[in-house]
Amino acid sequence: MAATAHIDFIAAAYAAAVIVIAALVVWVIADYRAQGQKIAELEKRGVTRRSAGERPPRQPGQADRAKEQA
Amino acid sequence: MAIVDLANPSRFLKVADGAIPWLAGATVLAGAFALQQAMAAPDDYQQGATVKIMYLHVPSAWLGMLCWGLMTLAALGTLVWRHPLADVIAKAAAPIGAAFTLLCLVTGSLWGRPEWGTYWVWDARLTSELVLLLLYLAVIALWRTVDDPSRAARAVAVLTLVGAIDLPIIKFSVDWWNTLHQGASVFRVGGSTIYPTILMPLFFMTGAFTLLFVTLLLAAARNEILRRRVRTLQLMQAKAAS
Repeated sequence: MAATAHIDFIAAAYAAAVIVIAALVVWVIADYRAQGQKIAELEKRGVTRRSAGERPPRQPGQADRAKEQA
Repeated sequence: MAIVDLANPSRFLKVADGAIPWLAGATVLAGAFALQQAMAAPDDYQQGATVKIMYLHVPSAWLGMLCWGLMTLAALGTLVWRHPLADVIAKAAAPIGAAFTLLCLVTGSLWGRPEWGTYWVWDARLTSELVLLLLYLAVIALWRTVDDPSRAARAVAVLTLVGAIDLPIIKFSVDWWNTLHQGASVFRVGGSTIYPTILMPLFFMTGAFTLLFVTLLLAAARNEILRRRVRTLQLMQAKAAS
């Protein structure tokens, strides 16, 4: 029967999909936690970002700096 | 809220925070349903059960190309409007696109061995898909090579636009050259050549994969915005210390 003859290829394909998708999910979650921790550590040291509401009007030539702050 | 409001990174973060859990839930439900449909689908009269590999291979190929298309739009956003969110989307999308392209090649090889008698042939479709994977790796390497995100974004945008030439080559390679890979069978003039009992699970699986892609892209873009905030805070700290 075809199903039993090629079951190893089918299983390998689904295993590869599980590995790739799991790797993407783990990467995204681990990265989110890492960035959150870094921001928390910096804020603990008193380094804080100005909120958007407190930001003064942008001056000509400040585009690149605003980009950095994004 | 207008769609353009999302172009503000802070607003994007708020929307992403709210949307990601719902999208993740929808992805799990859609994935479970699509997988059940794929497993319940009948075997192909020629391929037998190996047709089940197609339920992974086709969505992966679709997302690998969709992702580069999205990066091409983002590249235009970077070069024409110099918008920081376009840089963020382009950078976040590259590893996800690379992963799906790799999965497309791996599942294709695993299908090819029992059906063609070989894991790999240098035909136009397979080779152009491999070129897409190499382009993704080049983009990821370029992001890591240039320290300044704005400069890196412009270099990556140029490479992305040049690489977009590969998309029509992948799509039409089976028409332009004589390939071992089959011709178009889903979207083609005259309708699909796939029987509905096999085609519908393929659509469900493609939908589930696309939901997964959107969820991962939003989450990775959120991470990239946070990474840039960390960089800004570190620069502020260094400036204050000097």
